[in-house]
Amino acid sequence: MVLSPSMKLADLIELNYALLSVLSRLGIDLGFGEHTVGEVCASNGVDPGAFLLICGVYTYDDYVAPNDLLKSSGPTDVVKYLHKSHSFYTNDELKRLEASLEELVKPCDEKQKTVIRRFFSEYRQELENHFAYEEDTVFPYVRALLTGEPHDGYSIEQFEENHSSIDEKLNDLKNIVMKYLPSACDTVLRNRVLYHIFFLEDDLDRHTLIENNVLVPMVNRLEENEKR
Amino acid sequence: MKNDSSKNVLLIIPSRIMVRGIEGVFSDLGEFRVAGILSDISRTSEARLRNIDADLIIIDPVVFDYATRPVGRSYIAEYTDVAVVALQTVVMEDEVWKQYDEVIGIYDAPPVIIKKLRTALSSRQETPKSDSHELSTREKEILICVAKGMLNKEIADLYNISIYTVITHRKNITRKTGIKTVAGLTVYALLNNLIDSGSVE
Repeated sequence: MVLSPSMKLADLIELNYALLSVLSRLGIDLGFGEHTVGEVCASNGVDPGAFLLICGVYTYDDYVAPNDLLKSSGPTDVVKYLHKSHSFYTNDELKRLEASLEELVKPCDEKQKTVIRRFFSEYRQELENHFAYEEDTVFPYVRALLTGEPHDGYSIEQFEENHSSIDEKLNDLKNIVMKYLPSACDTVLRNRVLYHIFFLEDDLDRHTLIENNVLVPMVNRLEENEKR
Repeated sequence: MKNDSSKNVLLIIPSRIMVRGIEGVFSDLGEFRVAGILSDISRTSEARLRNIDADLIIIDPVVFDYATRPVGRSYIAEYTDVAVVALQTVVMEDEVWKQYDEVIGIYDAPPVIIKKLRTALSSRQETPKSDSHELSTREKEILICVAKGMLNKEIADLYNISIYTVITHRKNITRKTGIKTVAGLTVYALLNNLIDSGSVE
């Protein structure tokens, strides 16, 4: 199914309910009635092309961003979306995960708790560093490119080369919780933590794909136009 | 002649004449057979390197550029754990040849070539190819070292094994536990009482 501005937004969510988080990160409220994607985007001031690209990556595993969409829309809303996602991960998701993990390991002995806490805080640090680079270097660069402000010697190519994967530690945590925590840990809590990790893993994965397959080609085009 | 017990050999050799020569030696003497031929180390070759079911690799290090030659062996080790034998077609520094399990010269007699391949194979078979899902005793020992923050080289020296064997063990540990990072392995080791918290500080 090709996602288009003329489809009803409600139908899009029916197709993939994970898109609910995309709506909230772009500041689109629920209660949109029978309005189409295009109409809702217009009334919320969101670029419909960028919106469809993000939804495409979120919905289809082998989504290839169509060239006409990449050409017709700019990176402004993509950056806005990525920025919102970062704060969603660090302020909401990681805090909730940490709290439920903390509750889960209550029956463990002190040294086990310590090593798990330390592992988690290392993971958080890694993720925050990863986001900080994008927030402090990549996004300001894209904004400068858009407004025509001077930007020194950086190019999106450097981002492509340094865009490391951040999924290893989360995957390790999943295995630890699933396979190796002592049996004293509560099963219901354990499942809750696991569901959360699986969700986060998938969401972060899509997040990376949006950066690599939507943001990078858009910025590449801006850079080429600038050279001309 | 070609029975099922013969060993599969992957050739990474650019020269067609050399490849034909080795195929000739194998078909005369049996025991080994050519399972695949790569003429270079390109991206497509890498995929085949990863997927091919070979017991042994014969490589002419001319496929590596000058700067890569001294680390060519570890390049292969990233894709596969099998024994790697070098084919010496041109003169190179000693350190290039030392990395390999054996070195074949172009004037070696066919029986000598086969003998060298056997030696290379048996030297690698000490590495456990364990199909068990549980960690072996040696894997646990290595895991403890990793959790304590030791480097591959230090672990190799401690147990008097090659660095490639250490890498193989580490790959097996990750395959079995699903845990990739050192920090994660440390948690695993502690939860399984392989280390106490004092030793990870």
